[in-house]
Amino acid sequence: MTMSRLGAQPTEVIDRTAKLRFRWNGKRFDGFEGDTIASALAAAGEHVFSRSMKYHRPRGILTADYWDPNLLVQVGDDPNVRAGHRLLEAGMDVRPQNVWPSLHRDIKAANGLFGRFLTAGFYYKTFMRPAWLWPTYERVLATFAPGGKIDLDTPHRYHDKRYMHPDVVVAGAGPAGIEAALAAAAAGARVLLVEHEHAVGGHLRYSSSDSARAALAELRAALDASDVEVLTNSTVTGRYEDNWLGIVQRNHPIAVERLIKARAKVLVAAPGLIERPYVFSGNDRPGVITSGAARRLINLWGVKPGERAVVFTANSDGDAAAADLDRVGVEIAAIIDGRDQKRVSSAEGSSRALQAVVAGGNRIEADLLVVAAGWTAPTSLLNMAGDRPVHDPAAARFFPSDPPGNVLATGGLAGDGRIDELRAHGAATGRLAAQRAAAVAHRLQALTARARPVEGNEPAWAPDERTPLGRDPHPELYRSDTHGMVDLSEDVGSKDLVAAAREGYDSVELAKRYTTATMGPSQGKLETVNTVAAIAEARGETIAQVGTTVWRPPYAPLTLGALAGRVFEPVRVSSIHPWHEANGVSTILAGQWIRPDHYGDPAAEVRNVRTNVGLIDVTPLGKLDLRGPDIPKLLNLLYTNKWSKLPVGKVRYGMMCAEDGVVLDDGVTGRLAEDHYLMTTTSSGAGSVWEWVENWLQTERPDWKVHVTPVTTAYVSINVAGPKARELVGRVTEGVDLSPEAFPYMEVRLATVAGVAGCFMWRIGFTGELSFEIHAPSGHGLHVWEALMDAGQDLGVGPFGLEGQRIMRLEKGHFIVGQDTDGLTLGPSTGLGPLIKLDKDDFAGKPELAWAADRSLPMIVAIQTDDPNVVPEEAAQIVRGNTNEILGRITSARMSPTLGRSICLGQVEPELAAGGTKVTVLLASGERISATVMDHHAHFDPAGERLRG
Amino acid sequence: MLLVPCPNCGPRNSADLRYGGESHARPDPATATPQQWRGYLYLRDNPAGWLRENWYCRSGCRRWFALERNTATNEFRNPPAPGDKRGGKA
Repeated sequence: MTMSRLGAQPTEVIDRTAKLRFRWNGKRFDGFEGDTIASALAAAGEHVFSRSMKYHRPRGILTADYWDPNLLVQVGDDPNVRAGHRLLEAGMDVRPQNVWPSLHRDIKAANGLFGRFLTAGFYYKTFMRPAWLWPTYERVLATFAPGGKIDLDTPHRYHDKRYMHPDVVVAGAGPAGIEAALAAAAAGARVLLVEHEHAVGGHLRYSSSDSARAALAELRAALDASDVEVLTNSTVTGRYEDNWLGIVQRNHPIAVERLIKARAKVLVAAPGLIERPYVFSGNDRPGVITSGAARRLINLWGVKPGERAVVFTANSDGDAAAADLDRVGVEIAAIIDGRDQKRVSSAEGSSRALQAVVAGGNRIEADLLVVAAGWTAPTSLLNMAGDRPVHDPAAARFFPSDPPGNVLATGGLAGDGRIDELRAHGAATGRLAAQRAAAVAHRLQALTARARPVEGNEPAWAPDERTPLGRDPHPELYRSDTHGMVDLSEDVGSKDLVAAAREGYDSVELAKRYTTATMGPSQGKLETVNTVAAIAEARGETIAQVGTTVWRPPYAPLTLGALAGRVFEPVRVSSIHPWHEANGVSTILAGQWIRPDHYGDPAAEVRNVRTNVGLIDVTPLGKLDLRGPDIPKLLNLLYTNKWSKLPVGKVRYGMMCAEDGVVLDDGVTGRLAEDHYLMTTTSSGAGSVWEWVENWLQTERPDWKVHVTPVTTAYVSINVAGPKARELVGRVTEGVDLSPEAFPYMEVRLATVAGVAGCFMWRIGFTGELSFEIHAPSGHGLHVWEALMDAGQDLGVGPFGLEGQRIMRLEKGHFIVGQDTDGLTLGPSTGLGPLIKLDKDDFAGKPELAWAADRSLPMIVAIQTDDPNVVPEEAAQIVRGNTNEILGRITSARMSPTLGRSICLGQVEPELAAGGTKVTVLLASGERISATVMDHHAHFDPAGERLRG
Repeated sequence: MLLVPCPNCGPRNSADLRYGGESHARPDPATATPQQWRGYLYLRDNPAGWLRENWYCRSGCRRWFALERNTATNEFRNPPAPGDKRGGKA
């Protein structure tokens, strides 16, 4: 086969004045603007583009479009580029993939000689045993795997996302799709038209007939004059509930790929048809191409696909290909008409080029075999909408069955017809889509009338009164009288499928997974129907009886970059963050928050807090401002303890349980004024507790007068902790007597700190030291922090981070909800049973907690390892002796700088909960160590004297 | 992704809301038997068809609301009356 560039064609899309220089396989080539990589190479006479996956057979152009299984190449650091689709750019460095040592002399092609051994399941069967050899097998087999090279040093590139709310999305801009878009837009709908190819027009683009060219010009002009938004080189990759669509845009001017998420009221599926290869001996040999490939090469890029051709045609597109070939001077050696029961049996030649075609017992010399054996209907979007297309043997393809009313099919998916018939069907579909979109819009508005009042009655759901397209009869052509390749991506032959069926893998889902047919880069677009047909033949049944696999998203692949895209998740930092960054902070990501973990040495931070004074930024602490007369009732309902008598100026600790009695959150709440409280939650529970509060107030107690405002980010929260905390806070605070008598532990004051009025200050602390927690208006947070730092230089003030605080709270034995508790930890297991007041009328989870009070439950206990230097892993199991019977686990463990030993919290079965009990901890290494359950949760200062000072 | 009609904010992606599930009355905690209470906690009718259920518009108006959804087709109907500005489950 020798391809070459033709003279100018009336339909060509290349600009012969714009020459593009690029490299292929290390050599220099020229192409034109508008060429694909493959068309440029074909015009230059290249005919081997890749080696097949298993047998390393040479492969050339098959379909010359996106779905061509033989045209995957590496472009620069970009692997698996589809050379049949990707437009040529100047300077591209294009290389073949999966070849060794070279494209033209691939040693692994020896696989081809042994092909009969590499049957379905070969790898499964051969490399199963011995298991210890698998790592070696894997290393060797990996070198045989297809696909390009990933460059781990590839620079980050920009991807993006876009959200759209069109009325109608039309997937596919062939004649029917364009007419649908135009008609819907004319009816007032906002329309997005998405075309997989680089330009609109569908099959009209590569049709040389006068009527096709006239129709295309007319449609393009109408589209240009319309309000339809057109995306080319973009694909609707997925359809989800309520027409939530994923669209990948590959031609964005800035982003490498852009993922568009569109909510369409109606989806029109107009993807056209995909030409189906024919299965016969040698059907994967370079020189065997589809009729569409021949017409695209000639009419789009002016490439002469060969010198002497055999055309196997079973439809008008094959006839058109023969006419195109004849017109551009390709000698037609023979036309084999599939409609007359004639078949092509074999494509013969050297390993790299076609030399002869065998048909009907005759051997015909040729360097090109053009095959038009029928169509595959890409029903993917209909499948995703729940439709199960049905096979029509008379037309030899699948047709839509009963898609939901907001998904309409048109074009080749719906039937056959002349161009004007396809256009008329498209236009009728567009009008129907616009009518139904209006009905959907009205219905949505009626459901949300409080947001936007609805006018008029809901329009009737427009019935489908389109004149259906006909179905051209087509011979069922799947496999000839010889065996050949079914899935060219995965090197699965019809023999493999027959063998798989014989081995019992005779359902299409099983055969697919066993042979990997349809699982390669073509994703079934070319090979699904032939796969089903091969199994049907093996079972002696019809395609309809065998059924087909369900096409799932994505319709076309998209990069991980597009999926990751631009991240909309906000990142939160406190207003003190610039100071942390300037002072050597190591941060930790906690939910959306970036928090200081430590500033170099958490143990030193702990020692400084225990001896001098430290500051920690605890801004993410959840804060809810509560106002109204019924707050005590609310607190009594949410917390397990009692809140009716909390005086103004006092704060109290409380634990919240869910209705199933499981610990939900904990924190302190203070009474700032008669009807004004500030509730704090854990940092991670800030959002969910707010929802929990709203849930009770809105749905269970709507008559209570309580107003909730989340103020987590309105205040910066600073905990000042250490023996010198009072001295330090006193230096910057006005208007509050900080003496222990005037402002004792668990009280709250309104104060002016560092000149900032309106700060709340309360005496609580997680660290067990004398602590003042200052909540300052957020905009002044950094100022207050810096003022405290400046004022305490002589006191040895320093920052401490989350890690230091975690160590100190563990020294004090304070549990953390979600760390030391889990989704099954009932309130009493925390050891805070006395805070569960069952004599209250009601509170969340009360019945469960009442029943739990009579049961012995797993308990949170403090544990110390007998060897003080061993810190068990968090989640290390506590087991019975030398058995594997699990009796609990370590939930928190650290080396305590204060005590100079390992300290833990854990959850244990009730039988181990008493102080002094010896337990066995199973470390991740498999070693078992002994440890002792302590009398108190607090490893340090159990009486709490430091805290109350 | 399901499109949920929030009566206050308009149609919203379901990811913007918290699903509150089937409506169920909270038993009186003073008299509830374990069976009643656990029915309230865990047991749902889960019909294939029309179901009255609750949603919380967590990224929008922060209101609970109830309406009916056909679990077989995901159609919605019977939203809260336009004049009813209170939140609340069914």
